[in-house]
Amino acid sequence: MHKLTAIKLATVALIALAGTAASSAARLRVVATTPDLAALAREIGGSAVEVTALAKPTEDPHFVDAKPSHIVTINRADVLIEGGAELELGWLPPLLESARNSKVATGARGRIVASQGIRMREIPVSFDRSRGDVHSLGNPHFLIDPVNAKIVAGRMAAQFAQVDPASAALYRANLASFNARVDAKLRQWEGQLAPFRGAKIVTYHKDFVYFASRFGLEVLETLEPKPGIAPSPAHLARVIGAMKAVNARVILVQPYQNRRTAETVARQTGARVLDIPQQPGARRNTTTYFDMMDYMVTTLATALRGG
Amino acid sequence: MRLLATTTNLSVAAMLCAAQLTAQQTPDTTATTPDTVQQPSATARAPTYMNIGLTALVDAGWSTERDVPSLQLGDHDPRVRGFTIPNTELTLDAAVDPYFKGFSNIVFKLDEGGETGVELEEAYLLTTSLPANLQLKLGQFFTEFGRQNPQHPHSWAFVDQPLVLNRMFGPEGLRSQGMRLSWLAPTPFYTEAMLGVMNSVGGTTFSFQSDESSEIHGGVVPEPAVESLGDMLLVPRIASSFELTGTQTVLLGVSAALGPNNSGPAARTRIFGVDAYYKWKPSAAQQGFPFVSLQVEGLARRYEAAEREAAEDASILLPNETLRDRGWYGQLLYGIRPRIVAGLRADVVSSDEASFASELRSDRFRLSPNVTWYPTEFSKIRLQYNYDDRKSVGTDHSVWMQFEFLLGAHASHKF
Repeated sequence: MHKLTAIKLATVALIALAGTAASSAARLRVVATTPDLAALAREIGGSAVEVTALAKPTEDPHFVDAKPSHIVTINRADVLIEGGAELELGWLPPLLESARNSKVATGARGRIVASQGIRMREIPVSFDRSRGDVHSLGNPHFLIDPVNAKIVAGRMAAQFAQVDPASAALYRANLASFNARVDAKLRQWEGQLAPFRGAKIVTYHKDFVYFASRFGLEVLETLEPKPGIAPSPAHLARVIGAMKAVNARVILVQPYQNRRTAETVARQTGARVLDIPQQPGARRNTTTYFDMMDYMVTTLATALRGG
Repeated sequence: MRLLATTTNLSVAAMLCAAQLTAQQTPDTTATTPDTVQQPSATARAPTYMNIGLTALVDAGWSTERDVPSLQLGDHDPRVRGFTIPNTELTLDAAVDPYFKGFSNIVFKLDEGGETGVELEEAYLLTTSLPANLQLKLGQFFTEFGRQNPQHPHSWAFVDQPLVLNRMFGPEGLRSQGMRLSWLAPTPFYTEAMLGVMNSVGGTTFSFQSDESSEIHGGVVPEPAVESLGDMLLVPRIASSFELTGTQTVLLGVSAALGPNNSGPAARTRIFGVDAYYKWKPSAAQQGFPFVSLQVEGLARRYEAAEREAAEDASILLPNETLRDRGWYGQLLYGIRPRIVAGLRADVVSSDEASFASELRSDRFRLSPNVTWYPTEFSKIRLQYNYDDRKSVGTDHSVWMQFEFLLGAHASHKF
């Protein structure tokens, strides 16, 4: 009897497994390393794709654990989207090795490296880790410039169509719609921030460089003395001096950065600490790329206005 | 030395190429600092065809045991009073072609006398595109038994090898030449099944046909023999992982190592192990901190010792007997705040009595608290205390410092 029960159970389990496989087989399985890339993939893929993000919205994309569940997710992916520029260097290579999925291998049609085609900033001339954890391919936090988001979206549409030609027209249409919305929103965002052209902002990490450049802001200082290096008292003293000298009013932090350090600096300079996560989903009601950018721009504009 | 020279040339060549590449780029006038440039395309990369890395461990410390190697049994443990370099790894890895990845690990180390030793620790191919979720590893590599055995010393959370792994697998851990087939099961959660088929003969197959086997069975070690396929070492393993919550993950495994030993003809060894790893990390961790992890491994060995001449006195014949050993260790790590980790490890090993006396099979307990500071991902400074109770010898105390530095390719970390 026991043996029979076991066989029955196993059969049920197998049927259930087959069922799951069949229901999702119709849609392209897209895996993105970070939620912002996942949000773009949803814009472009629409109903033809099923998107999973590996990192959580509040998680530091440099320090994601290479959990075995991610191996399973990548193993079953049709498309893998990574930020590139060494953002995921600490955790993606071992996942890929274990996932053994040739559909998303380097150079395969199912592999999208978002940084390719982006005009990268801060590419080091020499590779020297005494300058901190500098990425040899440049600063990887480029998606908060909407123009870059359009480039990445274009790449997604092209590669989704290669992997899944049946839905190529849908991807093209979604891309056109996305681009049109970005163009319209970009004018709005530029308008919101136009009064603050040249405003000096302070960030924890070097992660607002592309945003500042797009909207005419200046990153005065970062609380980290060098990328990935914890703030030292001497460096913070210098930052405080620099902020006071030009009356810098905001310090931008992400959920995974040390808010207390930012608060200490804010207290001594009269500046405000702004929680401005770059990942959709890190705050409520920011599920899409547009929600997130709206939140960022509005929060920053309000603070710079002194509100 | 020739090898070193070649790699140096390689990296020099790589740097020259990189310098040429960057020189050709016209620096953008909006560059924020003079040491960075901006360029239209980011496809340029230092044109090496492989990742080159070097990790070095520098240990320093003191023990109440004058004969430190009798206490610190692992080959990459600190084994002297004072300073030592127990492990410097040169790692080279890359995609070989569209079908294989290649990996090699060459270790340089100083022994108790300060003499440099070189060993080819690992050199293997890994397939990248086998069908049916299969993957083959081929060459020499650390056997995938349990959690810590396949890990390299620089990724250990303590300065020394757990006692139970030393007792079962010897000072180098279990590694040999062979192949390993792995299958990723189509379950909704991670399940990987593996089977290793390896040579049972060699210096690093301690419980099997090793020159050092005399320490286990007390007898004279005969010439190793490989007469049938049954003389290969088989290592099956299955591991599964579950997300308990969004912030808690557990990884569980069961392993075995089955093969002939060299106490006599037809004598076999069976080692069984269970391992568990749990980790909690909050959703908004800073550089991976705080976190709590618990790692536990338990192993048991059944060593069939054939009738054999005693190593100490050939006129004594040791009887046919089964030697049973077991042990476990548990290590708790608490990442208190960014880059600071406190750890506590308990080690327990015990063995049933045999017809001969061996200190290596005596009961032992060790408790090791430690604290590690990682200034960056590329360096670490560790302080560890060992309370060591060897039931046949007595109690010893040791304090060890460990410094690590990493050059070259960025390290990536398995879970």
